Amino acid sequence: MAFAPSDEPVALKILVAGGFGVGKTTLVGAISEIRPLRTEEILSDRSVGVDDIDGVEGKTTTTVAMDFGRITIREGLVVYLFGTPGQERFWFMWDELSYGALGAVVLADTRRLTDCFPSIDYFEQRGTPFIVAVNCFDGADRHEPDDVRVALDLDPEVPVLLCDVRRRASAKVVLVTLVEHALKTLTAAQR
Amino acid sequence: MTGPRWMDEEAGPVVRPFALTGGRARSSGDNLDLIAMVRSTGTPPPGDTTIGPEQRRILEIARSGASVADIASDVDLPLGVVRVLIGDLHDQGLIVVRPPVKVAPQPSERILKEVINGLRAL
Repeated sequence: MAFAPSDEPVALKILVAGGFGVGKTTLVGAISEIRPLRTEEILSDRSVGVDDIDGVEGKTTTTVAMDFGRITIREGLVVYLFGTPGQERFWFMWDELSYGALGAVVLADTRRLTDCFPSIDYFEQRGTPFIVAVNCFDGADRHEPDDVRVALDLDPEVPVLLCDVRRRASAKVVLVTLVEHALKTLTAAQR
Repeated sequence: MTGPRWMDEEAGPVVRPFALTGGRARSSGDNLDLIAMVRSTGTPPPGDTTIGPEQRRILEIARSGASVADIASDVDLPLGVVRVLIGDLHDQGLIVVRPPVKVAPQPSERILKEVINGLRAL
């Protein structure tokens, strides 16, 4: 497909990843106008045995619902937030989502820390800049960021912070931390 | 039953959205990025029935420029369907599409600083 010349607005993509129910939708909704997005995805081999397709042998696609939000920085500069599908059987969508992404926020819940391992592995392998934001759920013990860093075996340059994704101010800090980290990664690579 | 059959109920609910595309799941719009920018060229669409109401709607939404994700959400159709419709509109010269900032070169330092300041000011 031919593309038009680049006098159009700049759009940037930020991913919000993490285990199921960790607060991805809440984070996107706290800072942007959240909108639903549906896809029809072809079932990959990976989902065979996970999706029960007995009796519907002809069905080879499935509907995946995602969230996305849009933040207009100024006219001509827009940041899109995409919540990655939480279930592992939708992994095949990640390559498309993460292509060209500025960076990713990996949300973690200290009660189920292992849930964010797959996301961290994925972004480490792809070289996508990411931060870990520990969502402080009511009733969960608070852990220091450094303890979380050790538990997740993160590289020292990966920022880890505590947050409450229900609060807009907190969501802002999370995103600013990510973009600053992406900027740092960028300037380090240019040196 | 031998092999997949694509008739009646066996074909599953996916048939309905793709009925809008004449059953096609492939088009020149296949690899459109979610945040590729789509803009109507302003060329009046043909008066016949070559393009359907959904595509007219897309032209409307893209009048001042919109991302693929925005369009899919606005018309409330699955992304795959919207990609086919956008691909068709592009082939007919009714829209232009611009890819987002590519992985390399990365968005400039200036843009990222602008984003940081913009987020802080929210």
